[in-house]
Amino acid sequence: MIWNRERETASRADLGGLQCERLRHQVAYVYQRVPFYRQALDGAGVQPEQIRSLDDVRRLPFTYKRDFREHYPFGLLAIPRQEVVRVHGSSGTTGKPTVVAYSANDMAMWREVCARNMTAAGISADDTVQVSMGYGLFTGGLGRHQAAEQIGATIVPLSSGNTQRQIMLLQDFETTVICCTPSYAIYLAEKAGELGVDLRESRLRVGIHGAEPWSEGMRREIGARLGIDPIDTYGMSELVGPGVSGECTEHCGLHINEDHFLAEVIDPESEEVLPWGSSGELVITTLTKEALPVLRYRTGDITRLDPSPCACGRSLARMERISGRSDDMLIVRGVNVFPSQVETVLLRVKGIQPHYQIIVDRAKGAMDDLEVWVEVSPELFSDDIGGLTGLRREVEYEMRETLGIQVRCKLVEPNSIERCVGKAKRVIDRRDVYS
Amino acid sequence: MLTRQVSVFMENQPGRLLRLLTVLAEANVNLWAHNIVDATDFGIIHLIVDDPGKAERVVRMAGITCSTVDVLQVTVPNEPGGLMQGVLLPLAEAGVNIEYSYAFSGAKQEQAYVVLKVDDVARGWEVLGQS
Repeated sequence: MIWNRERETASRADLGGLQCERLRHQVAYVYQRVPFYRQALDGAGVQPEQIRSLDDVRRLPFTYKRDFREHYPFGLLAIPRQEVVRVHGSSGTTGKPTVVAYSANDMAMWREVCARNMTAAGISADDTVQVSMGYGLFTGGLGRHQAAEQIGATIVPLSSGNTQRQIMLLQDFETTVICCTPSYAIYLAEKAGELGVDLRESRLRVGIHGAEPWSEGMRREIGARLGIDPIDTYGMSELVGPGVSGECTEHCGLHINEDHFLAEVIDPESEEVLPWGSSGELVITTLTKEALPVLRYRTGDITRLDPSPCACGRSLARMERISGRSDDMLIVRGVNVFPSQVETVLLRVKGIQPHYQIIVDRAKGAMDDLEVWVEVSPELFSDDIGGLTGLRREVEYEMRETLGIQVRCKLVEPNSIERCVGKAKRVIDRRDVYS
Repeated sequence: MLTRQVSVFMENQPGRLLRLLTVLAEANVNLWAHNIVDATDFGIIHLIVDDPGKAERVVRMAGITCSTVDVLQVTVPNEPGGLMQGVLLPLAEAGVNIEYSYAFSGAKQEQAYVVLKVDDVARGWEVLGQS
C-alpha cells in the first residue's frame, strides 16, 4: 500500500520540478518573514531571486541547533503567534527546550508524512496501534498518534513507562503495532519474559521505531524476540518530528518525503555537497513549512542517499540507516544529550568544574543507561557521608531537570578517569549502536 | 581532648584501603584507629593517627582526596555504662549532636577511647571538660 501514490511514486523529474518550485518559494518566504534568515542570506550575499535551480540550494547558509537556542522561544517564527496551533520541543543545553512550532497547514503536512511512513510499514486501518513513546513536548508520541489516526487505525495512547501495564494491554487489546524506541522494544521483551509472557504469541506484527540510533543486530533481535517486523523511521523536532523519512517493508533504506524535505549530504569538514551515494552529514531544507521553516539544517547524522527506484514502487530517495554522528551528540532513550550539557550542570551544582566522564551503556535487555562519573576533588569532598550522597543526589536531580532523563552519578577517586593527551575523554559509548 | 581526624575518599573496591595504609606506613605514620562509612560504591575512611598533619600531606601527595576535621577524643572507663555518664549525658543535655562516632581501646585494659564527630565541637569540648 502507498498512502500518496501521486507523490511517492512521482518521476524524479517531476519531483525535482516540484522541489525547485517549493524551494524558491520557501527561500523568498523566510527572507520576507524571518529576520534571522534575512540577515543570514544577506550575509551570504544571496538574494531569494538568485535561487533558480535545485543546485542553488548550496548557496544558502546552514542552520544549526544553536540557532534555535539563540532565538528561544519564538525568534525563528515566520507567522504571527495567533496562527501557531502547536508547539513541541526537545531538551536543550540550559534546561530550556529547543522549541518548534506548527501552523494548521504544518500539522496537516506532519500527519501526511507520518501516515506515509506508517502505510509504507504495512500498517492500515485494520491495525491496532499502541503508542509507547512519550506524549508531551517530545514529538515522538503525538507524531505517531496523529499518523495512526490519519490512516484510521485504532490507537492505544499509552505514552512511555509502566511496562507491565503496556504488556497487559497489548495482549488484551490484541494490539498489532507498537511504536517505541528500539531499546524499549528489547526492554519490553525482557519484562514480558519475566512475567511469563511470550510476545511472539501476541498479535503484534509491526514495530515502528526511531528516536535513537540502533543497529541491524538490534533489529534482528527485536524481530526475533517480539515476533514483529521492526521498521526504522527518522525525524527530528527541528524539522517536524517523526516523518522526515521511514522504511518500507523492503528494509533497504528510509524513504525521504522529498516533496517536503530537500535532502543533501555534505562533508561535515569542508561543507562541500557530496554526490549521491557518498557518506556524509545529512542536511535538510524544509520545503513547505509555514511556522518554522528551516534552511539547510545540519542534522549531525551521518548517512548516504540512494535515488534509485525501490522494489516497493516508491521513487522517493532512500537514506541509509544512520551510521554515526558528525558531532559529540548522544541519543539516549530518545533524548539528545550533549557532553556540554553535562558540563553545565556540574558547574552549576558546586560552582566548580570537576573531571567527569559520561558512560552510556545498553545492558542486555535493558534501557539505555547514562552514568556520569565525577572525580571527587578536595573541593567537592565532605568528610561525612551525607555530604557526598547529597552531592550525588543533587547532580542526579539537576541532570534530570536539564536533560530530561534519569542519570546515575558515580563519585570516583581523582585521576581515575582516563586522560588523553591534551583532552579528557568525555564520553564512553558502550552501546555499539552504529554498527 | 580535641584531635584532628583525617578523612579520606575511596571507591569501594578491593585493595583501596591497603593502598591508603601503605602510603601511611611508608611515611611512618602510626594508625590508632579507623572507621569506614560506605555508600555502596564509595566510602569515607576516618583515621586517627599520631601525626595528622603529616598524614594529610602524604595522602594528598599520593593523589588521594582527603580533608581534616576536629573531633573529640575522650577516655572512658571500660565498663558497662562507661560511655553514658561521662559523655553521652552531658552532650545530650547541652544539645550537642553526635554526627558519628567510633571507639578503640588502648594499652590499658580498663580504659577505652571514643572518637566523636559533633556538630558543635567547641561546645562539646567545653561540656566534657576535658583537655
